[in-house]
Amino acid sequence: MSDVVEKTLTALPGLFESQTGAAKITNRLRQLIKSITELTSKHEEENLIKRELSAIKEQVSSPNTTMKQMREIMVRAMYCEMLGYDASFTYIHAIKLAQQGGVLEKRVGYLAVSLFLNEGHELLLLLVNTVLKDLQSTNLIEVCMALTVVAQVFPKDMIPAVLPLVEDKLSHPKEIIRRKAVLALYKFYLIAPNQVQHIHAKFCKALSDKDPGVMASSLHIYLQLIRESPDSYKDLTGSFVTILKQVLGGKLPVDFNYHSVPAPWLQIQLLRILSLLGKEDQSTSELMYEVLDESLRRAEMNHNITYAILYECVKAVYTIHPKAELLEKAARCIGNFVLSPKINLKYLGLKALTYVVQHDAKLALQHQMTIIECLDHSDFTIKRETLELLFRITNAQNVTVIVEKMLDFLRSCNDEHTIIHLIGKVAELAEKFAPDNSWFIQTMNDVFSIGGDLLQQDVPNNFLRLLAEGSESKEEDDQLRLYAVESYLTVLKGHTSHLPQCFLQVMSWVLGEYAHLQESVDRREVIRLLTQLLDQRSVSSETRVWILSALTKIPEGQTDLILDLAESLSSSQDTVLRQQAQELRHLSQDSQLREWVLPRGAPWDGIEVDSSLSFLDGFVSEALAAGAAPYKPPHQRQEELCEDRALNLEPYSFSLPVSLSSCSITDRQSPTLLSVSSGLSGNSAELSQKAGSSTLILEGVKRVWGKDGYLPQKEATAPPVDEPSAAVQPASQQEAAERIEPRPEPSTQNQDKQQLASSLFVGLGVGSSVSLLGKSEAPPPRFRKKPRPHESSSSSGTSKRSSDSSSHSSRNTTDSFLYGSFPEEEPATSISTFDHTPKSTTANGLSQNKDTKEDRHANTSQILGGDMVIVRPSTIQDKHPPSVSSDLTALLPADLKDLPHSDVISLTSDPSLSLSSCRLFRDEALLLVIFISNCTETVIKDVAVQLTCEELKTASLRGNVMDCLEARSTSVCHYALLMDDPHTNVSLTGTVSYQTQPGHTNTLPFSGTLSTADFIRPLVVTTEEYGKLWLSLSHDVKQNLKLLTDAGDPLRTTLNALKDALQLHVVDIIGSEGIVACRLLSGAPCLLHCRVNGAALAMWLRSPHPALPDFILYHCQRALAHH
Amino acid sequence: MMHFLLLFSRQGKLRLQKWFLPLPERERKKIVKDMTTMVLARKPRTCNFLHWKDLKIVYKRYASLYFCCALENQDNELMALETLHRYVELLDKYFGNVCELDIIFNFEKAYFILDELLMGGEIQETSKLSIVKSIEASDMLQETEQKRRSEHPSSSEIIQNTTCF
Repeated sequence: MSDVVEKTLTALPGLFESQTGAAKITNRLRQLIKSITELTSKHEEENLIKRELSAIKEQVSSPNTTMKQMREIMVRAMYCEMLGYDASFTYIHAIKLAQQGGVLEKRVGYLAVSLFLNEGHELLLLLVNTVLKDLQSTNLIEVCMALTVVAQVFPKDMIPAVLPLVEDKLSHPKEIIRRKAVLALYKFYLIAPNQVQHIHAKFCKALSDKDPGVMASSLHIYLQLIRESPDSYKDLTGSFVTILKQVLGGKLPVDFNYHSVPAPWLQIQLLRILSLLGKEDQSTSELMYEVLDESLRRAEMNHNITYAILYECVKAVYTIHPKAELLEKAARCIGNFVLSPKINLKYLGLKALTYVVQHDAKLALQHQMTIIECLDHSDFTIKRETLELLFRITNAQNVTVIVEKMLDFLRSCNDEHTIIHLIGKVAELAEKFAPDNSWFIQTMNDVFSIGGDLLQQDVPNNFLRLLAEGSESKEEDDQLRLYAVESYLTVLKGHTSHLPQCFLQVMSWVLGEYAHLQESVDRREVIRLLTQLLDQRSVSSETRVWILSALTKIPEGQTDLILDLAESLSSSQDTVLRQQAQELRHLSQDSQLREWVLPRGAPWDGIEVDSSLSFLDGFVSEALAAGAAPYKPPHQRQEELCEDRALNLEPYSFSLPVSLSSCSITDRQSPTLLSVSSGLSGNSAELSQKAGSSTLILEGVKRVWGKDGYLPQKEATAPPVDEPSAAVQPASQQEAAERIEPRPEPSTQNQDKQQLASSLFVGLGVGSSVSLLGKSEAPPPRFRKKPRPHESSSSSGTSKRSSDSSSHSSRNTTDSFLYGSFPEEEPATSISTFDHTPKSTTANGLSQNKDTKEDRHANTSQILGGDMVIVRPSTIQDKHPPSVSSDLTALLPADLKDLPHSDVISLTSDPSLSLSSCRLFRDEALLLVIFISNCTETVIKDVAVQLTCEELKTASLRGNVMDCLEARSTSVCHYALLMDDPHTNVSLTGTVSYQTQPGHTNTLPFSGTLSTADFIRPLVVTTEEYGKLWLSLSHDVKQNLKLLTDAGDPLRTTLNALKDALQLHVVDIIGSEGIVACRLLSGAPCLLHCRVNGAALAMWLRSPHPALPDFILYHCQRALAHH
Repeated sequence: MMHFLLLFSRQGKLRLQKWFLPLPERERKKIVKDMTTMVLARKPRTCNFLHWKDLKIVYKRYASLYFCCALENQDNELMALETLHRYVELLDKYFGNVCELDIIFNFEKAYFILDELLMGGEIQETSKLSIVKSIEASDMLQETEQKRRSEHPSSSEIIQNTTCF
């Protein structure tokens, strides 16, 4: 035990005698703590706590225990839990204490509840009534406590119960209540954004609250909202700027000062909001230049908190539309950070630099010596941050040094997450900037052996794809492959037992594919090496499968070895291996079959995968006819098994739709039981199977994470895409460069460090180092990813957009860096789903005038046709107005003509092509039809459409590649899109590449959004079927919606409006209740039960899919709001 | 947004834990263990920040007690450091010259103060005055509200101690 504690404990009696009241109550606790400190071993502590807990148990169950005693007991129980012992038997008493105690007991009870019970703990349900009562209490303290506990522990499904009361508190006369209510709503917003959607207007009131505390709390919500959709809050920029000005001007009460800095937390929050609003938006940015300037100027005091503000300020200056003067000031500020002797500031300085060098790499040059010092710093955190910075400034000339530094760091590092994070970056750099084959393969070997099985799966995948797809030159590809083969043979000849599985897999794949390139090595040797691996114990069965696949590919003529192997594996316990061994045997004996299955040197592009597995259709329908159960996707099966466990939150008296009440079922569990009894006569086999599996799964599905529980998300490490606008300020950059150039290196500097510096910072900026090498621009990347098949057919390798859907956003930016030097590169067009204010449109117009060369690329977005957002060059607009007439629909293929479809809207156009699209609603998919019209008098060749959307699946596509498009003609291509998981809106981007003259490929990007509503289909069921289905569904959401009262029958009008907007099926309307059904394409159903409740429509949704009701609700709300 | 806040002693004994996101018990225990080992292993003259999984850990030692919190990637570390400091100031103002023992014996009070400062992982109120006021308002209900050791000046031993770190 601590000496300090012990020493102080001897002085305790005196200390405690001076205390009365509260001290008396905590008497037992004091004894407990004191006796714990006197113990010497963990074992003794365990015994003591065990005794203590049994004493507590006795006390809580005694009827004579008063509330006051209970409070003291609860404190002791909390203490035991904090020490790590289980006191779960007190949980229910904590709830009781909150329920029945006076204010003081309540306070402890609520605290215990918030410490003991997680979101999702079933006992929480017992708290709802207590909280409701306290929210309505006239005692302020009780209301405060209730709001605190609501924000702390309430899960998503309990929010509707308290939401109206919390909402009311926004207009409470006491500011502390308003403040807590705002924060509670913020928490609700994080958990279930749809449920608080209707109170956005009230947030606005909170923002203009006269109490600064309430206003500051509302900023948390606004930061979140603006992060999600900056465009819809641009009109608030002025208000935020004014608030920040007032704060800076000291207009707030002195009480908000922190170490004589006015409301620093508020300032930081505002700066964050402003940077989000000003990002890539010149006119909005202009509004905030002045206040940012003042912010930078004011933060002069030497205190941590001013540095915190400065850091946020610098980030804001570099995020918004650049202004030379501000950039210069911000850059100077970074100097203050980096050069500070305080290590915390140095750390933040490095972070700021990391952020800033993405916009202006030359800033790193100014601080090169500091960076090098930090690289050798004893502090792990600083070192890691420095490497992050170096990663950002890596180019083809310094890549070897930087990667070496990173690998050195990784070898000494033992934190898994750091390794995963950094090793991915090493792999990225290696792929992007590798100077030669041997270095690349060697580095990737290091990556695989250091990263091992922690590696993200996409690292080996990308590497293998790079090897497989290759670049334009076959010769170079083969050289790389050959080098890899040689290198791996050397590795395999050494010690292999320590190699990670993932490395072994990569090696076996490469050897399998490319060992034949290496003619000097005996095939038997390769086989021997691989077979040797199979004998190793440490090799996992997955790796064995990889190795066997490799062996299948290698040999021709080495039948004896293979047969031996197949023989030895044919008795393996692993069925997969046994099967593979069998295949191997057959293939090695039948060379014809082998040739057919594994054609050597077949082009990769030729392989087509039928992802819908349509070739199995016949088999499936046969099986179905024979009585097999239809396929259910895994999540649905899971849901069905879980549903028994779902809690029924409804009071039993709730009146269900008429048809249901006939069943007289009040519990959700009953229907399953009912179906059990009825199913006994019929399909008993299926029944027993179902019962069996449900007992199996019970343990696994403990829902400790809650419906919307915390899921740690990998922060996208990608830098924000380079703003093209940065180039608008060449003057300031040149100035900066000139400032750096003549700067003489101090002669006292260590020689080594200087050398390191010159190798690290080579190639940055337009400074001397580059001109010495005589290169005006970075060399093209060595490994350029080959474009995907259908693209390559038209654009002969110069097409730039990687269609690799599995790659992360970092990959995308990588690509844009990679190909930045290509003349035809289109800047990424920004899409917005919200109205553009006239202001921003003029801003775009202005920037176009400024830079005529960019004219063609500058886009304005407009809303057309509801959900579709079209991006198109505005200058072209006048020449080619969106003359999209309905006659385009006449071009639809005959089999699609009868489908319901949306209006045809123009997507984009350029002088040669114009693109329009139309959505066709097929039962099992959404058909996106794209009309490509040739506006010129000449033939356009090699037209290829490329569509990307990460959230959707493309089930089929047709007509996306054309050899030629006649003059003045239109071609139709269509995509069948599937949505497996609902999203509110999905954005899709795509490009059309084409050649107007041979050898010159143009690309025309387009983008749009689709809403979930496009994927909703009516579900036609009878009222009885609806009733049955209703009871079998588990996830439900309830909300009151607006009722359209302008016509005679409000319910019918509202339902019809919803039906029109969302393609719902109105099953039945009985009195003031209506039932409606729909489904997500041909997938998960969603049932809606609507009841007129005063002036509102009480909507109750159920679905097997956890998120679907939320999205449908969202669209219903929108549809009614627009009506 | 702050994910959790932990207070532990130099011996790694947990003194206070606040979780702003729901986590299963086992996960919590693991985090507490990770945090104490990581933070206690830090050498002097290193910065107050650490990386842990995809979170950033900000910690500071005040006398014998470590204050440690976890932030998301876009949060400002320096600001969190000052938030911790404000918490210590509040404890100091409430207890008067606060020490580890005050927090051990009155940990529920420490929680109440924290609940006024932070809510849902975000800063709720930064004004020292109004926080202390609302805490005292709740305490007033106590039958015999003892006078806090008001003879002590508000400048804290703990805070002074930390200046040497």
